[in-house]
This record gives sequence, C-alpha cells and structure tokens, in this order.
Amino acid sequence: MNTIRRFFTDRDSLAPILVTVFAGLFSLLAGIVLIFIVSKNPVQSVRNFLLAPFLRSYNFYYLLIVMVPITFTGLALCIIYQLRYMSLIVDASFYTGAVVATAVGTQLALPPGLHPAVAMLAAGIVGGIIGLLPAVLKIKWRANELVSSLMLNYVFYFFGSFIILYFLRDRSQTILSSLPFKASFRLPRLVENTQLHAGFIIAAVFVVLVSIFLFRTRWGYEIRLTGANQKFANYAGLPVASIILYAHFISGFLGGVGGAVEMAGLYRAFIWQMNPSYAWDGVIVAMLARKNPKFVPISALFFAYLRVGADFMSRRGDVAFEFITLLQGLIILILASDRIVNYFKERRLKRQVLSKTGAEAGAEASPGAGAAQGGAR
Amino acid sequence: MNYLIRTEKLSKIYPNGTFANKSVDFQVAEGEIHGLVGENGAGKTTLMKMLYGEEQPSAGRIFIDEKPVAIASEFEAINAGIGMVHQHFMLVPSLSAAENLVLGKEPKRRRSRTFDMQEAVRITEELSAKYNLPVFARARVADLSVSMRQKLEILKALYRGARILILDEPTAVLTPQETEELFAELKALRQQGKTIIFISHKLKEIFNLCDRVTVMRDGRLIATHPVAEVDIHQISNEMVGREVHFEVSRPPLKAGKPALVVRDISFVDDFGIPKLKHVSFTLRHNEILGVVGVDGNGQTELVEILTGTEKPLAGSALANGREITGRSPGYIRRCGLAHIAEDRITVGTALPATISQNLLADRYWRPQFCTSAGFLKMPAMAAETSRLVRDYDIRCSSPSQPVASLSGGNMQKVVVAREFTAEASILVISQPTRGVDIGAIEYIHARIMDMRSAGKAILLVSSDLQEVMALSDSLIVMHEGEIVAYFPDASAVTDRELGLYMLGIKRQSDEALRKVLHEHD
Repeated sequence: MNTIRRFFTDRDSLAPILVTVFAGLFSLLAGIVLIFIVSKNPVQSVRNFLLAPFLRSYNFYYLLIVMVPITFTGLALCIIYQLRYMSLIVDASFYTGAVVATAVGTQLALPPGLHPAVAMLAAGIVGGIIGLLPAVLKIKWRANELVSSLMLNYVFYFFGSFIILYFLRDRSQTILSSLPFKASFRLPRLVENTQLHAGFIIAAVFVVLVSIFLFRTRWGYEIRLTGANQKFANYAGLPVASIILYAHFISGFLGGVGGAVEMAGLYRAFIWQMNPSYAWDGVIVAMLARKNPKFVPISALFFAYLRVGADFMSRRGDVAFEFITLLQGLIILILASDRIVNYFKERRLKRQVLSKTGAEAGAEASPGAGAAQGGAR
Repeated sequence: MNYLIRTEKLSKIYPNGTFANKSVDFQVAEGEIHGLVGENGAGKTTLMKMLYGEEQPSAGRIFIDEKPVAIASEFEAINAGIGMVHQHFMLVPSLSAAENLVLGKEPKRRRSRTFDMQEAVRITEELSAKYNLPVFARARVADLSVSMRQKLEILKALYRGARILILDEPTAVLTPQETEELFAELKALRQQGKTIIFISHKLKEIFNLCDRVTVMRDGRLIATHPVAEVDIHQISNEMVGREVHFEVSRPPLKAGKPALVVRDISFVDDFGIPKLKHVSFTLRHNEILGVVGVDGNGQTELVEILTGTEKPLAGSALANGREITGRSPGYIRRCGLAHIAEDRITVGTALPATISQNLLADRYWRPQFCTSAGFLKMPAMAAETSRLVRDYDIRCSSPSQPVASLSGGNMQKVVVAREFTAEASILVISQPTRGVDIGAIEYIHARIMDMRSAGKAILLVSSDLQEVMALSDSLIVMHEGEIVAYFPDASAVTDRELGLYMLGIKRQSDEALRKVLHEHD
C-alpha cells in the first residue's frame, strides 16, 4: 500500500510512466481514427484490428510467436540504452546469428536439445563479437556508434546472404533457401498443431537473466553507473572502456541468440529473402519498456498486439498492413519528446525556486513578470 | 542616468534546478569598456547568454536604450546591435576568413544574385583597416592563428552592425603578447564609440582595460564600481564574498612521513600553452597543504594529473611509494588517493543515479558488497548507504532518490561522504565548498580537520582564499603554472602578502622553494 502511495506521489518517476502509457493509448486511438478515414467498412476493420488475437486462436498463438524475436532485440537494446549509447548493431547480430545457426543446423549432427543449444551459443558469440565493432570504433577513433552500426548492418547483411548463397544454399529449390535443417536442430512445439515453440520459454528465461544481470550484479551496476555519467564513472575508478566493451558484447550476444532461436523455432530452412530488421522493432520495445528489461515482455506484447491486429485487419479488409508503421512512428515521436515530461517538471521547479526566493527576488519579478513575458512570445 | 543596455531583476533558473542568476540589475553605459568578473559559476556567462538571446530569462526584463526588449534568439540580439565573441569560436574552419565574415549576410552579384567573393574580400579588408584588426581575408580559418580567429569574430560582429560587443573570457586562449595587442585594439574600438562588455576572472586585466567593473557572486550582482575608485583587494573580496574568517579548531599536530611526492611535473594544454612548469612538492601525513592562486594558474591541471584524468608532459608523482602519473583514476584510487572533484555537477556525481549509487561508486566491487561470482549484496549496500547518509547528515527523503534532486550542499556532502570513507591515506580536495550554503561549509570544514587528525595527507585547492588560509597548515602559491612561494606556517602569512605572490609581483628564491620538498626532514 505504502509503495503504491509513494509511487503516485513521487511525480518525477510517475511522469515518464504516464507518458509511456499515453504514447501507447494515443497511437491506438490515432490508429482507430485513421481506419475510419481510409476504410470503407471501418467498424469491421477496427474490430479486426483490436480483437484479432481473440477472434481466432491462430492469431493468438501468432501474437506469442511475434513476441519472441522482438523480446530478444528489445533486451539487447535495453543494455545499450542503459549505457546511453545508440548503437543499432544488434540488427547485424540478429541476422548473422540466424546465419550461424543455419550453418550449425545444417552442417552438424548433434542430439536433439544439444543441437539448438550449440547453435544458440555459437550465434551468440558471433553476435557478441559483431556487437563489439561499433564500440571499438567509438573508443579508438571516436566514430559515432549510431552511424557506424547502421553502415555495418549492411555489411553483415550482405555477408550473411553471401554465406547462405555460396555455402549453404539448397540448389534443388527455385527460391533462395538454405539446405533444410536437421530434425535434431528444431525446437519442440509448446502446443500441438500451432507454431508456438520453446523459444517463447527461452525468451522468458532471458528476460529474467538480463534483469538480474542489470540490477543484481556488479557488471550491470557498472553499466548503469557509466550510463548515468561517463565522466563520473571514470573519476570514481570504474574501467569505463572495458565496461563499454562487455556491455556491447552482451547486447550483441542477445541479438545472436535471438536470431538462432528464431531459426530453430519457426523455420525448416533459412528462407529470409530480406533482412527482417527486428532491431528496429526492438528500439520501440526498449523505449516503451523505459530500458528496463522487466518491462520488455509487456511492451513486446503490446507491440505484437499492434502487429497481429494490423496484419489480420489488412488481410480481411481494405486497410494496408503498412499502416502500422504510422503508429510506430507516432509512438516514437511521443516517447522521444522528452520535452513533454520536462515541460511540466520545469514549470513546477521554477515555481518552487521562485517562491522560495520570492522575498529577495522582489514580488513583481517572480510569477507576474514571467507570465507576462511568456504571453508576449 | 541613461544606460545603453540595462537589466531589471533578471533571473534564470535552469531545468536542472541551478539558480544561475538571481534578480540581477546590470547596467552598461554607452562607449565604455565594462568588466564583468566573478568566479566560475558566479553567473557571468548565463547573464550574457540572456543578453545575446541564447537563453531566455525566467523572470525580469532587459532594456536597450531604455526601451524594454524581448531577445528571443541570437538573430534578434544581432538586430538589436549586440554581438558576442564566444570563448569557443563560432567559425567554419573550411571557409575563408572573408566567407566567414559575411556568412548569413552575403554580398550578391547584381545580375546573377550569386555570392560575390570579390566583394566579400573587399568588405573584410575595409573593415579590417577601419577597426585596425588585421586578418588575412582569403586564408582558410583553419589556417589562421587563434588570435586572428578572435579578431575575425570581432569583425564579424561589427559587420552585422554591433554597437555592443560581448567578449567571453577572450584572453583565456591568448599569450601575454597577444593579450596586449587585443587590449590596444579594444581601446581603439571604444574610441570609435563601441561599447564593450569584457568577461574575465583575471583581475589584472580588468584594471588594465576597463572603465567600470561589475562583480558577480553566486548568481547575484554584488557591486559595480568605476575602476579608478577601487583596488584589486576590494574586488577580490567581493568576488570571494565572505570577509568572515572561518573559525576552525586546530589541534596542534606535527606533520608525519611523506605520503605524496611530486617532482618536476610539467604540462602543456591543447592550445600549446604551458600550464605547469616543473612543479615539485612533498605532502606529508597529518598535514593540510593549501594551494593558493588566482583561478587558471595551473591548479586544475595539477589536480587532474594527480588524479589520473590528464597525463603530464614530464615529471613523476609517487603516492605511498607508487608511481601514479599517466595511470587510470581507478589505479590511483587503489594506491590510496581519494579526490573531491572541483566540479561536482559534471564529474563529482552522476546526477541521474541514486544517492546510494553515488555513495558506493568507488567500493561496490569490494568483497563486503559483492560476492566473488559478481552478485551484489543488496542488504550490505543498503546498510552502508544509510550509515553514510546518517554519518554525513545528508538530507534526503530516500537513498534511492536521484542526486540531481538534492541541494548543492547536500550534493557536496554525498561527495565528501564517499571520498572521506574511501580507505585512502591521501586526499586531494578541490573547491570543497564552492556554491555550498554556510551550514554545509562549516560541516565540511570540520570534517576536513577530522581527516587531518586521523593522519591523512591532504592537498587542498580552493579559490576561496579565506578558506585555504583557515584550514591549511602550510601553503604553496601558484602563478602561471609555477610554485612561486612556500609558507611552512600558514598562520604566519597575511592575505595581502599572498596576493603579491598570486599576482606574480613577488617570487621567493629557489632556495626558499626547495623547502617544500622536505628532503632533509
């Protein structure tokens, strides 16, 4: 009870949560308005959009499946954002992780259980090493990690396609496809006759692991402290460079494992004709979760819900699936506007300070003059 | 009296809660060179930013020619005839001087309406001759010297029709010769009817150049004087503030064995200006060695080198017998040296992090708080946090609130609590009470004396002369990167005497200075 009360009286920590919820609700609302504008049968479309997971059981399981990869990329980006870095290299880690898993899944013969585990480990390590690259470039040459990671994403996308095309391709197929995975590589199904696979459980385990890592171990502590103020961390004696490196490795590791889980859980062979770019969805998931891993499942659920709804609606009506990107844009726009939160914070602060020193600042100098000036502009 | 530019009860509160200007009534008359002095963080730059439209006042008004104006942007400031030369130049390095000068107000060819380079060069040379500020019009800015870039900045403001020129610490990047040159040029500008606001914390320069001087402290305007009517001591008293002499109880103690041995440290900054020249001294246990000097005479650089954020050009420093120059701050801390940073906002604390994280940032890894597998012992950390919060009287509602929400005094207590319990034998303390309320000042001073009694070796750097004199056992004076005086007994010297050394008027013999090495003790 006490914690709940404190939660609602501490306005500083409440404001960002409210903004997050507001971003979600506002985007949903905007989506509905949009449907009414473009659709010939808006009521039916809105119903399909909002209730998709409950209308057909297929949609419900599909929702859970969609959550898996964006949970992994969301977790990976939580770590990067805790460090206050902007690297998006997790996209390359995820894609290359899938390629590495394909290699393990097609080339090695291992017992079931061990086979996907080995694939995940290998994919994680490769993903982690890829994750390191922008950090190394940043530390050594101060290259902006956002730019270098975006560029490297292309490099690894084409490199991965090259590997599939030249070494792992199934030449009996007319479309681009790798050789089929060994049966031992595939993750078991959780529910018969659905696609829901054990990767869902693995993702849940990683949510717990990353939460513990960030908030209960010295390494997570170091990452959070370095993110809070890198100069301070250096001054307090933290090994800042190595903290930045291992944070990026772990983030890339999560991306790589995510790619492997996706392969072993959903597919019979590597058949991506283009990069699914789950990292971009991960950005929104991590932002909605306010870079806290324990909120990642909630925001991934919300995000998957939007996706599945939009997908179902577009197949049943006249609203294109791409409409979801509009909603994503809105969410990001609202979340990225720190100023919405800061505006209220600043106003309150100003009032406090001015009233405290009101006597010496002179009566007419405090609220009156400020308001008059604000009005003039 | 009518003023060219005048502010009325101007206040500024930054979003992080810093109250940078408190009801400032600042007045500048036409055709004068007006000095604006104050310590770092006194609010000089904030005041100027409001005049130049870079920041908006939280309250109060600005008048130009006795007419109230709202300066919403730099653009409007320029239109109102205000020009500013920033400490860090706002020039495009890859363009020529002439192109930079006319940028935003370019001369165009009559027919084609394209940029007229010839005309730009002509304008530059004409202005340069008119105001006697020589620049190479066709040279790329990247190839110009620092002093010439500064002249170009001034010309740029004049080209835009500035009547009022604001110069933010223009001499910080100049050599003494270039400074003299600049002063001659500024005086010539005054003769041509321009009004100049000159920001500095070097008092000598104010007395060489200005007609009137305004002193700021803690965001307040303390006083404005005609320069002819005051002396350097009065201004420095007003800058530092309290005439009050601090009462601290000082149990008699004999200095112990050497703890920090500094020999021949030299350092050159990014501009190639030497900041430290062969600095040598020995700091002993049970001793507070005060470092005195006008801000910017190498104290900051010395501390940065001793604490690992800068590498010296040459020289050595041994902390408890281990070499620390060029090593990481973490290594130096493990050698037993703790450090109160002069800037608690950007370095000494992590503002968004919790009080607890800030208190334990240097020790979370110790076995007491962390298992060998790397898991944090949360109960032990919570216990240590509440012990420090209680022992150091940090006023907060919860140890998990962000440090940013604390007052300046309590924020500093967080820093003090961490550094004084760091299991270090050497303490390097910079500006321990800057921007801190009186109550917290007394508290921190008492704690520093406790540390002395506990046998720590303490190097105390503060621009508050009264503070250093009251706390220190012995003093060294720094001027232009050198130690120019050593006083083994701080109580035997007056502030007037110290002032002569601080301003470089007097200097002790090399023999007297050798005593600070304590080689024959």
